[in-house]
Amino acid sequence: MVEINPLVIFVASIFTNNMILANFLGMCSFIAVSNEIETSFSLGQAVTFVLTATSVLNYLIYHYVLVPYNLEYLRFIIFIIVIAAFVQLVEMIIERYFENLYYSLGIFLPLITVNCAILGVSLFMIIRDYNLLQSLLFGAGSGIGWTLAIVAMAGIRKKLKTASIPKGLEGPGITLIITGIMALAFLGFSGIVKIQ
Amino acid sequence: MNEIKKLFSLGVWKDNPVYRQILGICSALAVTNLLMNSLVMGIGLIFVTAFSSLTVSLLRKYTPKHIRMMVEVLIISTYVIIMDIFLKAYWPEMSDALGPYVGLIITNCIIMGRCEAYAQNNPPFLSFIDGATMGLGYTAVLLFIAFFRELLGFGSLFGIQVLGDGFMRWTLMVMPPGAFFMLGIVIWIARNVFPDQTEGGPVNG
Repeated sequence: MVEINPLVIFVASIFTNNMILANFLGMCSFIAVSNEIETSFSLGQAVTFVLTATSVLNYLIYHYVLVPYNLEYLRFIIFIIVIAAFVQLVEMIIERYFENLYYSLGIFLPLITVNCAILGVSLFMIIRDYNLLQSLLFGAGSGIGWTLAIVAMAGIRKKLKTASIPKGLEGPGITLIITGIMALAFLGFSGIVKIQ
Repeated sequence: MNEIKKLFSLGVWKDNPVYRQILGICSALAVTNLLMNSLVMGIGLIFVTAFSSLTVSLLRKYTPKHIRMMVEVLIISTYVIIMDIFLKAYWPEMSDALGPYVGLIITNCIIMGRCEAYAQNNPPFLSFIDGATMGLGYTAVLLFIAFFRELLGFGSLFGIQVLGDGFMRWTLMVMPPGAFFMLGIVIWIARNVFPDQTEGGPVNG
């Protein structure tokens, strides 16, 4: 495979290969939580942190434990356990030492375990054969891209509260259509950089 | 028999996981650019949901309450791994086309939702049917969306060209925005056809 500059991956994962708008990952919490800008931003921060850390952890475990023992087929189970364990650990640490942070992020942490963006990034990184630095920046970039999308959506939905939307389209329906328009706008970035 | 009929109408129609409960839409959006991909994904999901519900239900009396989520995730992952290995062995092209989305079935909230909401408190056979019908409902919506996306985007159905050369392809339909618009429209239609009894059900995962 062609060696891609890690920084290119970083920029691409924010704009052209945005987790939500191009890969459809993390949609569930995207739709459920994008009501308030502050909460969306907190969730975005938590996701970015967990994504960056778990992509590195999963990279190390996959290449130094699973591959040498020919256990690649176990990666789904291992990745999901690593993610769940890491989230649990982070929750305990911030509850103990950073009380303020716990109150703003705490409730979102369990939600993150089932956020498909996290598992998705780990799987993409294996399929595309990234090295450690590429995986780190891919994880970080994807997290930032996800945050960008959810905060933008929260901002738009705030304005929508006063709009008159057809009955059946309220809630998830209109959110999806706006996401479509956002994805359309993000297609404009597609000339900048390209991965896969 | 009545119970089965009721489950069937709930899973496929009235309580459809995709347009009613807004669950598992990540993969619903990602694989629907081609009908074939959607069909394989749907069959895979039916298999995983049905057997995970069955297993969870069989083990429900022996699973300690506080670790049951972890146990459920492990059961689901096991079936997903079986499916992944099966696809890799017998249909490598499809395995490449679906990419990470096979693995992402684990985090598909439909399965976890059914395990928690139904299989936890019901006998194995009914749980199996419940899982299968929910999977069927999911597949139906996927095929519906994929039908329009493939037809308008490539002019073909299941890879067979049906619209003539004069047809101008709507490339947008097979790109991400098309998926969002289609699902939004499906939800809109569904909510008009089945006006809601209880608005604001659980949206999570």
